[in-house]
Amino acid sequence: MKSFSFAALLFLFWISLSGYFEPLLLGLGLASVALTVFLSKRMNVIDCESYPLHLSSKFPNFFVYLFREIIKANIDVVACILGWRGASISPQLVKIPQLQKTDLGTVIYANTITLTPGTVSIELSEKTITIHALTKEAADELATGSMSNEISKRIFEK
Amino acid sequence: MIIDILSWILLMAGGILGIIGGIGIYRFPDFYSRLHAAGITDTLCALLILLGLGLQAGWGIASFKLALIFIFLLFTCPTASHALANAALHSGLKPKLGKDAARLNHD
Repeated sequence: MKSFSFAALLFLFWISLSGYFEPLLLGLGLASVALTVFLSKRMNVIDCESYPLHLSSKFPNFFVYLFREIIKANIDVVACILGWRGASISPQLVKIPQLQKTDLGTVIYANTITLTPGTVSIELSEKTITIHALTKEAADELATGSMSNEISKRIFEK
Repeated sequence: MIIDILSWILLMAGGILGIIGGIGIYRFPDFYSRLHAAGITDTLCALLILLGLGLQAGWGIASFKLALIFIFLLFTCPTASHALANAALHSGLKPKLGKDAARLNHD
């Protein structure tokens, strides 16, 4: 069932990339989709982690949050670069607790930290994430764990 | 006409952000803080430029591909930044920390 929806999605993706509807090209597309599905089944990579279809309805809500965070963080870093209103940098290296339960959640959390400029996740372990932050405020905000809560709330809760 | 103006505003804003990111890479003191400046060009700059180009392209395959490019950027950029920072930390490059930074007995 999972590989069937995977094939359908891949074919839709192929059509939207090519934009051609001649039988020969459609056939070639079908053949390449079939080969891809066969290979991924053999490699056993179609599972909940690499193909999180059950989460796809949650992503728009998450992306709204992500873009808001990205824009806010960008303004902060631009202020630091240009020195607006006496904004100055004071780099921090801190360990913050890692509260996500699944591997996928951990990766999403670490990538979200890195995507918002001003904070980069450097090291990942079971219980903690080491981050490098450009300012003390950014480090303190991450240490409260509000971003982790938002991710759990927006992606993993029903 | 309105779409043209809007797309030009987006393209200009993206370009200016890219330049600011470059200034940041030049001004910041060490490797780790320069990663943050590069993060600006990775995220908002790329988003604004791709949005502006998408407005120029209109609805169609081209704008769909631009959206895909942005989604790939969203996945690959943090991974690359994380890999760089992690490699730098493991090879013993010490970050320059601010005065009010809590000392971490990491090394």
